[in-house]
Amino acid sequence: MNFLTDRKRATGLGAGGSGVAHHWLTIATSISLIVLVPFFIFVFGSAVGREQADVYAYFSNPFIAIAMALSLVGCVIHLKTEVDEAVEDYIGGIKRKLTLIAVAGFCYALILSGLFAILKLAIL
Amino acid sequence: MADVNRGNRPLSPFMLGKYYRPQMTSISSIMVRITGIASLGTVFLAVCWLLAAASSPSVFAAFNSVFSSIFGEILMLAAAWALWYHLLGRLRHVVWDFGYCLDVPTSEKMGWGMFIGATVLTVLTAILFLIF
Repeated sequence: MNFLTDRKRATGLGAGGSGVAHHWLTIATSISLIVLVPFFIFVFGSAVGREQADVYAYFSNPFIAIAMALSLVGCVIHLKTEVDEAVEDYIGGIKRKLTLIAVAGFCYALILSGLFAILKLAIL
Repeated sequence: MADVNRGNRPLSPFMLGKYYRPQMTSISSIMVRITGIASLGTVFLAVCWLLAAASSPSVFAAFNSVFSSIFGEILMLAAAWALWYHLLGRLRHVVWDFGYCLDVPTSEKMGWGMFIGATVLTVLTAILFLIF
């Protein structure tokens, strides 16, 4: 028997315990990505099709490397909120928890691998 | 009474199909979700390409040939459309979240704007890459 009322559950940070943090992160990254998505499309698009040595030269430009890294991290952080939302909508119970962990692992691995690759291209 | 049927409610996809008539507002919203999930796939492919470029020449050659093929070009064009569409879709959410344009006719117009805008931006992107 649960003695909490619905009103009590919703006050403060609410039943989820995180308040509007997820919603705010989506809004804030949405606005940031209006700048970062064009970076992603044009910086990455210009890199594809080059010879490997040329790719290294291209990313040795700090502005290119930073624009690529920033847009990559921004995209993954935003898209993680997007995918988390979908998982929470369509999957329930233990499967939801495990899927959320898997999505988080995938996203952080993506950020780390992307940053490592850009750093190597930029510095070597 | 507060705990009736907690956690065992029907989830939304069961409504699609026979119970629900497609509308511009709902279809444009569903497409935001689909393009969002697809865009994570796009970022994954981009990271794969970057890792390939940062590893051996043979791995890079294999990746680059796939990305530069007709299939790769079409895939990147579709990925660009999804990114642009998702950007515009999220922009609509930001406008809504700040309390503007919440009426149905304006929302429907913004829905059309997202589909047409994403297509125009994708064509412009393709033209820019063809020129430079």
